[in-house]
Amino acid sequence: MATQQTNTLARVMMAPAVIVLLIWMIVPLVMTIWFSFQNYSLINPMMTGFAGWANYIYVIGDPSFTQALVNTLLLVGGVLIITVIGGTFIALLLDQPIWGQGILRILVISPFFVMPPVAALIWKNGFLHPGYGMFGHLFKMLGLQPVDWFAQYPLFSIIVIVAWQWLPFATLILLTALQSLSEEQREAAEMDGANAINRFWYIIMPHMARAITIVILIQTIFLLGIFAEIRVTTGGGPGYASTNIAFLVFRTGILSNDIGAGSAGGVVAVIIANIVAFFLMRAVGKNLDA
Amino acid sequence: MGSISLEHVNKSFGDVQVIPDISLDIKDGEFVVFVGPSGCGKSTLLRLIAGLEDTSSGTILLDGVDMTDAPPARRGLAMVFQSYALYPHMSVRDNIAFPLKMAKLPKEVIDQKVDYAARTLNLSSYLDRRPRALSGGQRQRVAIGRAIVREPKAFLFDEPLSNLDAALRVNMRLEITELHQQLKTTMIYVTHDQVEAMTMADRIVVLNAGNVEQFGSPLDLYKKPANRFVAGFIGSPRMNFVDGAEAAKYDAHSIGVRPEHFVLTRIPAPGSWEGVVSVAEQLGSDTFLHVQVGEFGLMTIRTDGEETFSHGDDVYLTPDATRIYRFDADGKAL
Ligand SMILES: Nc1ncnc2c1ncn2[C@@H]1O[C@H](COP(=O)(O)OP(=O)(O)OP(=O)(O)O)[C@@H](O)[C@H]1O
Ligand SMILES: [Mg+2]
Repeated sequence: MATQQTNTLARVMMAPAVIVLLIWMIVPLVMTIWFSFQNYSLINPMMTGFAGWANYIYVIGDPSFTQALVNTLLLVGGVLIITVIGGTFIALLLDQPIWGQGILRILVISPFFVMPPVAALIWKNGFLHPGYGMFGHLFKMLGLQPVDWFAQYPLFSIIVIVAWQWLPFATLILLTALQSLSEEQREAAEMDGANAINRFWYIIMPHMARAITIVILIQTIFLLGIFAEIRVTTGGGPGYASTNIAFLVFRTGILSNDIGAGSAGGVVAVIIANIVAFFLMRAVGKNLDA
Repeated sequence: MGSISLEHVNKSFGDVQVIPDISLDIKDGEFVVFVGPSGCGKSTLLRLIAGLEDTSSGTILLDGVDMTDAPPARRGLAMVFQSYALYPHMSVRDNIAFPLKMAKLPKEVIDQKVDYAARTLNLSSYLDRRPRALSGGQRQRVAIGRAIVREPKAFLFDEPLSNLDAALRVNMRLEITELHQQLKTTMIYVTHDQVEAMTMADRIVVLNAGNVEQFGSPLDLYKKPANRFVAGFIGSPRMNFVDGAEAAKYDAHSIGVRPEHFVLTRIPAPGSWEGVVSVAEQLGSDTFLHVQVGEFGLMTIRTDGEETFSHGDDVYLTPDATRIYRFDADGKAL
């Protein structure tokens, strides 16, 4: 029973944790908002003081911002499509009883343990480099002109790298969901005359809806802030072709030394993340209850 | 049409032989119950017929056609699972319609059949609910509805009532029996409850360790059990067995007397066994007495509920001489 005394005690005991978390969250946010309204450029230290909306107008008005926004959405959407479809497919395969299942599963999961910059470097030099990358060799073997992936298809290349990293996560979650489907339900569908495709469509997919939702939600949170892969490979270029919002904030704030505009970009990024989250929850959130 | 024949069917899981060799002939329209102790292979046998397991050897004929290797969908059988196996994300209507949808029937035909099945099973007011929002008995009926709309050659039930409470079980038992009388379709029904077996079956298959101990009508099994296993399994409470010298008097290795085939007296009678009442279970209509009878051990006696007995009472049991079952050393009935 929760008596008055235990309630008070619980509040007192929890207070330190709550306060630390609040400070942890609030202080950087308030500072960012504060800087976003200041003239604060490291290149021009003499210019200080209140800037009004100037930083925001500068960031949002810049054509690179629109491009970064589109790139962010393409990156998130592209990776989600590849990982959800690919993950479902691999999970279906891994669910089959085969020899060496355990080792195979670990192998499939392993890309998830590779740190993002390392993964990006492996792809940059090992696979996609036109001179000594695997694909370059493959193209040359076939008598084709090797493609300079990061120059010609920068955003696509980054989508591929990030999808490669997140595919194991999607596979793992979807495989667990698949394994929780009761055998009797599959058998009932089989008796009811459903072939493999119908079983997948009418029995397996609805069963996995919730897991897919979770994959989409969690991945979106992380994919909105993809940074290391871009930093290590294209540096956001050519031009702004592979710059997303997170990287744009970095370019403005750190590379261009304009803390004020960078902070404004950061605040805008937070708002965009919230808008995305809102629409996402409306679209798929209903799969989560019950 | 729905005759089912098994010819020397054998099933092993790896090295474990679950069904050594079974041959059975089930006639069209028959209600056959598979009964036996837990783990004796009832479900396995049913799943072999359904096509959910591969036979290791032997043949399965449906209407005389070899279906041993046919996939479940091609066999035209319907199965009701113990856990109902309803599709949780579909409404009751969609659940029942699912097999018809898979058979690509036109929408109007599907609606008509679903409505008919729902009316037969008293489900009409639940058609738009999800299975989650139904009681156990209603779920069971949906599962049966999903089976009957397909008009299968035969129904297979795997312990369909074991998740229901006792009162509902009696109800559903009657409903299934009625359904059988109405549809006249072959039904195979698995249970380990011998009351269900006795009351529902046209014929009963008693299984033990993957072997058919006896296949016959309920009364045949009760009156002429082929062996000691069947004698002990069919009938409730269980038959009492006596070995040794007393059995030798009847020229048998062991003898059995059903609880209802005793005359119980308070004074000695010729040929009676003396015993002491240890527990009296009074059910109102009957009383089951557990009587400690000297060297024979504990025996169960059934009497009418008129006279009351209590712990420690001396009683004398006289077995009905015409209803003593005799068994040889292998347990075969003599
Ligand atoms: N997939 C399997 N692999 C190995 N052994 C199995 C498998 N399925 C069943 N068995 C074994 O086969 C035997 C018969 O099982 P089955 O499920 O047919 O029993 P049952 O008569 O239906 O029992 P119950 O009344 O408890 O349901 C059991 O000993 C079981 O352990
Ligand atoms: Mg079973």
